[in-house]
Amino acid sequence: MSTLNKPVNQRAWLLVLPVLICVAFSAILPLMTVVNYSVQDIISPDRRVFVGTEWFAAIMRDPELHGALGRQLIFSLAVLAVELPLGILLALAMPAHGWKSSVVLVLVSLSLLIPWNVVGTIWQIFARSDIGLMGAFLQWMGIDYSYTGNAVHAWFTVLLMDVWHWTPLVGLLAYAGLRSIPDAFYQAAAIDSASKFAVFRYIQLPKMRAVLMIAVLLRFMDSFMIYTEPFVLTGGGPGNATTFLSQFLTQKAVGQFDLGPAAAFSLIYFLIILLLCFILYNGMQRVGTQEVAVARD
Amino acid sequence: MARIDLDLAHAYKHGPTHDGDFALLPLKMTFEDGGAYALLGPSGCGKTTMLNIMSGLLAPSQGTVHFDGRDVTRTTPQQRNIAQVFQFPVIYDSMTVAENLGFPLRNRRFSKEVIRKRVGDIAEMLELSAILQQKAAGLTVDARQKISLGRGLVRPDVSAVLFDEPLTVIDPLLKWQLRRKLKQIHRELKLTLIYVTHDQVEALTFADQVLVMTRGRSVQLGAPEALFERPSHTFVGHFIGSPGMNFLPVQVDGSGIHLGEMCLAAPPGRVLPHGALKLGIRPEYLGLVAAHTPGAVAMTVSRVHDVGTHILLSVGFAGHALKARLDADAVVNAPGDTVWLQVVSEHSCFYKDEELVP
Repeated sequence: MSTLNKPVNQRAWLLVLPVLICVAFSAILPLMTVVNYSVQDIISPDRRVFVGTEWFAAIMRDPELHGALGRQLIFSLAVLAVELPLGILLALAMPAHGWKSSVVLVLVSLSLLIPWNVVGTIWQIFARSDIGLMGAFLQWMGIDYSYTGNAVHAWFTVLLMDVWHWTPLVGLLAYAGLRSIPDAFYQAAAIDSASKFAVFRYIQLPKMRAVLMIAVLLRFMDSFMIYTEPFVLTGGGPGNATTFLSQFLTQKAVGQFDLGPAAAFSLIYFLIILLLCFILYNGMQRVGTQEVAVARD
Repeated sequence: MARIDLDLAHAYKHGPTHDGDFALLPLKMTFEDGGAYALLGPSGCGKTTMLNIMSGLLAPSQGTVHFDGRDVTRTTPQQRNIAQVFQFPVIYDSMTVAENLGFPLRNRRFSKEVIRKRVGDIAEMLELSAILQQKAAGLTVDARQKISLGRGLVRPDVSAVLFDEPLTVIDPLLKWQLRRKLKQIHRELKLTLIYVTHDQVEALTFADQVLVMTRGRSVQLGAPEALFERPSHTFVGHFIGSPGMNFLPVQVDGSGIHLGEMCLAAPPGRVLPHGALKLGIRPEYLGLVAAHTPGAVAMTVSRVHDVGTHILLSVGFAGHALKARLDADAVVNAPGDTVWLQVVSEHSCFYKDEELVP
């Protein structure tokens, strides 16, 4: 192959143009608006001052942001720590064939179909300590449970709600991974007298790694951007015990109308997510290919 | 190590009513301890089903499996202490080659010493020693299948080792070497080996005893030579050999064997039942002879195909097409010529209702 007989045709750029225009309107222009806000102090519609990186510096020193970021990281890690093992267990427990598997698949995916704010409402009622099934039951058990008054209880409830809502997603992904394992592997394991745990450790887990990577990425990103459910359930309270990054941002932008700092933080938030996903993805890719690389030495 | 007795049938669907419902028709079979057996037949003939029943991955829908006289019909592969190698390589990606080979031993709580020794021996035999410490993932398919074979052979006390077309994915040269290796391992370790294949060359070179199967039926168990010389069923005659046996419809009565218009004398010392029979003659025994030799028939050559090691002659007469395999130095005629070929001899077999007349 040589480049000599390749025709030069710059008109090909025209074909890219529609996509470029779409992306410009859907992503680049809105983002630039945010950039525009983040470097100005808008005092009134016709009075604005260019402030450079001042908003960025200010927001980075904001103790409220530090608190929200810390809570957010702990929450996302807790979500992963609970939902991954639980999802895998769920997938292992689901029937593999026949009508039972169809029924279970539908039942398991039900919670994924419910709109976010409805999930929040369901749990708000479910966990109420006067009439809610869970709340009242805990009260009856002698536990002074209140997600509106007790920060620990609020945390626990938000986490439980997320686990209820999203573990099925991890379960379905893991289930798909499990079903793709050929029968010969299980037969070979039976011939080799492998224990149930050995089958899990040496066959199922390695074969599920790819889908679990997707599950980790999805759940991490989603939980890192969580907004609606805790907003409906606790409103970020009590105090700001369950105020996560998205809600912190909304309070700044909509509640206090601090457009400059809010815009500055939006960009930082965006970059944090981009960075974390990049690190996670690369890290997990490396785990996946490491063995192959070693084998080819 | 064990003698395996089968007396069973298997159908994958409930309440089998006719022969077509059975994956394995009722059969009675003994595999002697320390033998090298091959199950040979076309795809879908039930050989893998039979193998899975022996290993305990599948329970027969009726009948029993005995190991050394002990009923093991409902026991697991683990309890039977059996090893099986599958058509496509199954390896544990997250382990090294050595860990893969030692896995069946580790699960059976052999001591570290024994494991190291056995893994070393097997790796030596299969020429895997150089890559023992590598991760098993990312190896070539040949190497992966060698590991699978190794895992089958690693246990010293195994009842039998079953192979389910293990060399399908291996390239031809290595296939040849591995088959010789298996044969050698069989001689050294005196294991009972049962080998499933649809390749007759593989079966006939590997096994002391070959079981030929078709459509769930076990047609003949015998040494490769017996399958060649006296196929007990026309299917065996047709399936074994390249090309397969020639068959001619004949009528037998008191005066001799009637083949179309001709009447040939029966081979000396043979008494044949009267009526419609099929005469079977191997292409190898369909020799060129002088005109009007007793038992010979004049045929027209339709094609001459020089294969190098031998000459393949396609001939025809009275609407029947036959093949003859001649020595490479034979004097051959051109298409259209008439040749005389020895149809009735001591190598001819006769079949009544597809079964061999003894």
